[in-house]
Amino acid sequence: MFSIFARITTQESKTHDFFHSLTKQKQVNEITLISVISLGSLGTIAAIILYMVAQKFKVIEDPRIDIVEEKLPGANCGGCGYAGCRALAEEIVRKESLDGINCPPGGNEVMAEIATALGLETTEQEPTIAVVRCSGSKENAPPKVKYEGDMTCAFSHSLFSGEGGCPSGCLGYGDCVASCDFDAMYMNDVTGLPIVKENCVSCGACVKACPRNIIEIRKRGKKDRRIFVSCINVEKGGVARKNCKVACIGCGKCVKECKFDAIIFENNLAYIDFNKCTLCRKCPPVCPTNAIHELNFPPKKPRPENKTEPAKAE
Amino acid sequence: MKTFKSGGVHPPENKISQSAAIEVLPVPETVTIPISQHLGVPANPVVKKGDSVKAGQLIAKGEAFISANVHASVSGTVQKIDEVADSSGYRKKAIVIKVEGDEWEEGIDLSKDLVKDITLSPKEIVTRINEKGIVGMGGATFPSHVKMMVPEGKKADYLIINGVECEPYLTSDHRLMLEKAEEMLVGIRIQMRALGVEKAIIGIENNKPDAIEHIRSLLSDYPGISVEPLKVKYPQGAEKQLIKALLNREVPSGKLPIEVGCVVHNVGTSVAVYEAAQKNKPLVERVVTVTGKGLKSPSNFLVRIGTPVSALIEAAGGIPEDTGKLVNGGPMMGKALTDINTPVTKGTSGILLFPEQEAHRKPVHNCIRCGRCAGICPMGLEPYLLAVLAGNKKFEDCEDENIMDCMECGSCLYICPSGRPLLDQIRTGKSEVGKIMRARHK
Repeated sequence: MFSIFARITTQESKTHDFFHSLTKQKQVNEITLISVISLGSLGTIAAIILYMVAQKFKVIEDPRIDIVEEKLPGANCGGCGYAGCRALAEEIVRKESLDGINCPPGGNEVMAEIATALGLETTEQEPTIAVVRCSGSKENAPPKVKYEGDMTCAFSHSLFSGEGGCPSGCLGYGDCVASCDFDAMYMNDVTGLPIVKENCVSCGACVKACPRNIIEIRKRGKKDRRIFVSCINVEKGGVARKNCKVACIGCGKCVKECKFDAIIFENNLAYIDFNKCTLCRKCPPVCPTNAIHELNFPPKKPRPENKTEPAKAE
Repeated sequence: MKTFKSGGVHPPENKISQSAAIEVLPVPETVTIPISQHLGVPANPVVKKGDSVKAGQLIAKGEAFISANVHASVSGTVQKIDEVADSSGYRKKAIVIKVEGDEWEEGIDLSKDLVKDITLSPKEIVTRINEKGIVGMGGATFPSHVKMMVPEGKKADYLIINGVECEPYLTSDHRLMLEKAEEMLVGIRIQMRALGVEKAIIGIENNKPDAIEHIRSLLSDYPGISVEPLKVKYPQGAEKQLIKALLNREVPSGKLPIEVGCVVHNVGTSVAVYEAAQKNKPLVERVVTVTGKGLKSPSNFLVRIGTPVSALIEAAGGIPEDTGKLVNGGPMMGKALTDINTPVTKGTSGILLFPEQEAHRKPVHNCIRCGRCAGICPMGLEPYLLAVLAGNKKFEDCEDENIMDCMECGSCLYICPSGRPLLDQIRTGKSEVGKIMRARHK
């Protein structure tokens, strides 16, 4: 009897469970439905608002900007004078001309590609390269003092004239090398001077980094041949030479030798204008201090020995 | 005993030359007088090559507001006006005079008698200080007459005289306080009159008890002046720290001491003011400490401006063999000399010779984040942060971190266990931030 009672109770509870689960199922369905409707409508409203806002504040961008940007090297070096490749692309499309615009790392090839893509005209520009105008190596301008401060050119320039004593000479702590994004410069450990490699794109970062304006962007020249005065010291000859064996002493011999008026002489210093220079190689031999450098030329017949004697300083 | 609260370091004092009385150095054969020995615009030369000049004669006129006159320190002929390398190695304009005899300009009283009565009016005092080319003799060489002119709307109530000499090794101010105390006190009275203040305090660190006692014994004749001994701590000689130590007033960032009613002058400046006002004598000589551990006779010399440093070292016994570094100024803020023939200028307070083993900086290691530099910075800055920001060319951030409040005392460089060039990088940052700020004003 007891067992029967027990069976009935179980049955009852089973029936109860069945009804209970039915109502639960209903509830779940309801919740699903409500959430689908509410989230769906919320999403739709948000989409409508976003669409309207997007329409309202739509920026119409010239598709040509993207085309131009794709053609640029993407180094963002700033060598063109704009904040980066995108900024240059925007400027080109805005101006619709390529006058006065040049991408130094890309060179003429990239400019020509952009010109054809936009149907513009570009003038061929001579390739350029950074040139270090100092030869004050440890041998030519022997160090007189020892510097132990912060090893940057910016600070040591503000502190003193340099270990060699020349107030315009290379300090040799490599701010220019640190500024180069193209791995186109390195410090020569023997001379203590920076060296520009042939892969230089002449972006001008090193020119800005050098506190003494030693580095100049010059024409690359035919077959990479260049002639330049490797000194920017404006001190009087005697003073300059006391600190450095290969300083320009301002004797003016090269100016007399040059038939093309390419050498400008100012403040005891000669400067070769690379637009006028014809690379005739007449001036380097006459320089008494070997301050005029010629690069990548085939060797000339040996120079007479007496030419290396220094000229009388003022 | 009083001192400033935040930061500061205790470098070894090494006041080797403190018992050496001031000796007059003989006039050299030629002197080289730079036309810019002060802060501000360089003076314009008013003599030509070949002119004969007398000692005390005006040779370059400071025409701008912040500028100072330059006088001949010897009599002779102007040999040339040329660019001459200064202690940094850069060439700056200077007047070179070949010495002939020792003739002084008329009207200059060279006697040693003390003139106590002050006859000049406040305005005349300022004009006289301007005329005689007096600049701050502590080392910053700020033209003194500019400090004497209190801007409108401001009022000074204290004149503070800096006799702290917190730099190790240097003793020139100490000797002046012992040997020319009366002249200094009259000079202080003259400055008080010019400024219209009633009270003056002479702050002296208590490592100079003889100077404190000596000046105290003389004070009865000079009303309004008091002496305050200070606890030894570097950089107590800095204007803002000295005002904080003596009066517990804080000069706001980027402002001058006049903002809190103070004018600070150096001991040496006070003696120079006395000589200009009472004796009509321009600033043509100063006391220079020549010292160093290896030096035969560390001394204090009274030197004519323009004398080459080599002559001073010669008189002190010559350069010892193992000398590694020569410093112009104190060991904390001074600059290493690149040339031994650099002339003594109005701001040369000492010449230091360091032996080779002490001459070099510690090798540079990585920052270990110990925070000592921030703990000892007397201006409450964070040198490690400023150095990193300046090194990474984040100059706007440097400005936000108040880099311009740095007075370049060098405490951070001194304390850094990793030998990092903190001050060097901060200086680079300061010069760049200065450029940015000037560009903004234009």
